[in-house]
Amino acid sequence: MSRLVSDLGKDLVGLEPLSANQIRTVLDTAEPFKEISERPIKKVPVLRGKTIVNLFFEPSTRTRVSFEFAEKRLSADTVNVTAAGSSVVKGETLVDTARNMEAMRIDMVVMRHIASGAARFLAERIPSNVINAGDGWHEHPTQGLLDLLTIRDHKGRIEGTRVCIVGDILHSRVARSNIYGLLKLGAEVGVCGPPTLLPVGIQELGVQVFRRVEEAIEWADVLNVLRLQLERMQSGFVPSLREYNRFYGVSSARLERAREDLLILHPGPINRGVEMDSDVADGPRSVILNQVTNGVAVRMAVLYLLAGGTPETAESAKHAAES
Amino acid sequence: MRGPLLTRESDGHQPLMLKGGRVVDPSQGLDEVTDVLLADGVVEAVGTGLGAPDDARIVECAGHVVTSGLIDVHVHLREPGGEHKETILTGARAAAAGGFTAVCAMPNTDPCVDDPASVGFVLAAGQRAGAARVYPLGCISVGQKGERLTEVGEMVEAGAVAITDDGCPVMDSGLMRLALEYARIFDIAVADHPEDLGLSRHGVMNEGLVATRLGLRGKPNASEDAHVLRDLMVAELTGGHVHLQHVSTRTGVEAIRRAKERGVRVTAEATPHHLLLTDEAVEGYRTDAKMNPPLRSAADVEAVRAGLKDGTLDVLATDHAPHHYDEKEQPFDDAPNGIVGLETSLGLVHTHLVRGGLIDLPTMVERMSVAPARAFGLSGGTLRKGSAGDVTVMDPEARWTVRTEHFLSKSRNTPFEGWDLVGRAVLTVVGGRIVWEAGWG
Amino acid sequence: MAQTRTPLMDERAVRRALSRMAREIVERAAGTGRLVLMGIHRRGDEIAALLGEEIRKAEGTPPPIGSLDITLYRDDLAVIGPRPVVGESRLPAGGIDGQVVVIVDDVLYTGRTIRAALDELMDWGRPTRIYLCVLVDRGSAARELPIQPDSVGRTVELSHGKRVDVLVPELDGQLAVEIVGIEPPVEDT
Repeated sequence: MSRLVSDLGKDLVGLEPLSANQIRTVLDTAEPFKEISERPIKKVPVLRGKTIVNLFFEPSTRTRVSFEFAEKRLSADTVNVTAAGSSVVKGETLVDTARNMEAMRIDMVVMRHIASGAARFLAERIPSNVINAGDGWHEHPTQGLLDLLTIRDHKGRIEGTRVCIVGDILHSRVARSNIYGLLKLGAEVGVCGPPTLLPVGIQELGVQVFRRVEEAIEWADVLNVLRLQLERMQSGFVPSLREYNRFYGVSSARLERAREDLLILHPGPINRGVEMDSDVADGPRSVILNQVTNGVAVRMAVLYLLAGGTPETAESAKHAAES
Repeated sequence: MRGPLLTRESDGHQPLMLKGGRVVDPSQGLDEVTDVLLADGVVEAVGTGLGAPDDARIVECAGHVVTSGLIDVHVHLREPGGEHKETILTGARAAAAGGFTAVCAMPNTDPCVDDPASVGFVLAAGQRAGAARVYPLGCISVGQKGERLTEVGEMVEAGAVAITDDGCPVMDSGLMRLALEYARIFDIAVADHPEDLGLSRHGVMNEGLVATRLGLRGKPNASEDAHVLRDLMVAELTGGHVHLQHVSTRTGVEAIRRAKERGVRVTAEATPHHLLLTDEAVEGYRTDAKMNPPLRSAADVEAVRAGLKDGTLDVLATDHAPHHYDEKEQPFDDAPNGIVGLETSLGLVHTHLVRGGLIDLPTMVERMSVAPARAFGLSGGTLRKGSAGDVTVMDPEARWTVRTEHFLSKSRNTPFEGWDLVGRAVLTVVGGRIVWEAGWG
Repeated sequence: MAQTRTPLMDERAVRRALSRMAREIVERAAGTGRLVLMGIHRRGDEIAALLGEEIRKAEGTPPPIGSLDITLYRDDLAVIGPRPVVGESRLPAGGIDGQVVVIVDDVLYTGRTIRAALDELMDWGRPTRIYLCVLVDRGSAARELPIQPDSVGRTVELSHGKRVDVLVPELDGQLAVEIVGIEPPVEDT
């Protein structure tokens, strides 16, 4: 039971395997979907009859809700499996979980998993479309796409834009998806964070490394400020949240040296007073809520693009088009 | 010579005449076309025009290479406790099929081999297998906990040929000192898995660009280097014999080279996978490329090759680490480390290192037979008259493709599936008795 | 694949038809008070704009015009796969609740597009009445759904292999209607 291969392929595992054109296709497709969420009846029937499982092995209210809105606005039937701590998954391997899902004849799986590569692992083993909603430190492609869309909305273009990602790059799937997507679309990419939170070899990806956040702020057109997980302090990557804020926090004072039109993104949820001060998060440069709105549109676009029929019907459609 | 397995097998065994092969025995500088006669479990004679006894079986070996039996000093046979992955029987058979006449079984089983009774169990099961010889190693520390030294002497009396906590590095330098000092009483090697766990910090692959791209936790070279250097220093301090397992880094190789120059008693291993693969093999989250130490960079592979060539890494060992397919069929973080190696080692080394031009055939035999026997004081590793009748006959022109479904090992976890190789064992003789012959398996 | 193009309506014929249709629409809607045009993306949009202009000329005020992109309401996603380009639907100012809505398209063929448009309109609101107005109707024999137009520029019965192309100034540089015949491809042997 294989399926129609869409412009994106069967799955969305990451932005690294996509071409610039494929990424642009998603962004362009997201544009009209923005409007659906503005309607009084926020629903179109395009995915009617499709069954989608949101399989979250890690808690994530934000991403799951965004996907769920996207799915429901496209009229798909959705089931949420929040596996962290539930008996469904304790002791069951990912292979078995996948086979069980497949046995229930689902069409798509949106998965969040703690292990890098988990989405690809699943995608290689089931015929359903798999959308990666975040796998370990690897990728979070829909977050990358919504960041791209938000930058494009506000800057008019991505090519040539200087985007600096600030914070815990090492453990961040958001950083990786952003780096791949931005570089493919021709942006200049910088990263900035404490050396303990920068992965080895990051420069080889083609990004510039800033040691001090002040330099990053002066350089950038866009800052994408990452959330600092509390666990990072507990495992000693940074001595304390206070010290992190003191040396890497994005504050109004630091922004005085920034370009007038500097744009500030954050994937959320924000630790106010840690990676970003409240007046910055709520200030005029911040487009954090636009990101959230765009998130639904981008996810609708991805769901829509990955949806498709069987090879047989695709074949007959091809013949019909030729005759 | 040590090793209780070495018995003169006089009863019921037909004398065996291996005729007209290229006999390679670096232990006596021998490399010529001649005959080898085995009788009563030992090498009776090597030379041309030997009169074979009437009842001898004569094997024509023209075009084949006849060497002292290959020895793999680093295998995991998983019994007791991991019989779904491998047993001593299946492991000993897989070894024989790969051309090995003897293997050293790592003690990190469940329970681990840290007392004389456990050593005796492994030894007896190995003898029952009737394939390659199985030499047990015992643990360095009780329960492999890295705290208290085991009853090394009793284990040696029971048949252990060396001690190791393989899988777990000996993190306590003081314990390593005690082990090296104490092992001197019995003149055995202390084998260590060099890894500073603080530096490797739960890494699952080599630290570098590939790990960064895949979002996997990396282990830096330094996690191995620091521990190699520590072991060399403690060996130098104690005069004990340290055996460094599966060396994978350029700095590690260089440190061992210098230590040898200073006269430190060190032997060291290179594995086929660290000689042939880089961390790029992990691409696509391939769990069959997940091992510890991890596959490293191209520069490290070059250094390991140079180390094998010049003898800094004197022993070629596989680190045969079987795992059930379910266990490797997991996200990369969750899959266990290790690959099987017994049935691919000779073919890989012969194809890529001998035919590939890095080393010649006698050097291969030196690294896979002579040096391993010497490092762990095992019988074999030579075709001198009266030595163990352990012989490997290989067809250096045999072309074959690695197909895991043909493995005698219980496990299939290898990154070499589908590789086309040249050269394989056609006859494995242990104690004068044929334990494997091509066409069997 | 060779194509033959035969003219069906020239610009004058199209304009005459539009002018008549404008009158019919206004008459049916009993004036322009609650009249709203919804063009179906893309050529229906253009026809709606032309119709709107005709209504303005006749009545003095142009009706509000909206646009429907029915891509997400199609019933053949599983057959043709998703289309990367999804157009935007646009409500006319004042919405469609309680209005007399006229769906405007260039060609009416199987009726499936109109079904999708009706579904989409129902999601947008509750018009008091919906009319259908098309420049070319390929005849009721071609219909796959029980949908009929209320105002038609020209009706033409054609075989299945033919296509009707409506050319509009915005996209094609001229205003005309052509019949396109596609020669069947030569079989490979």
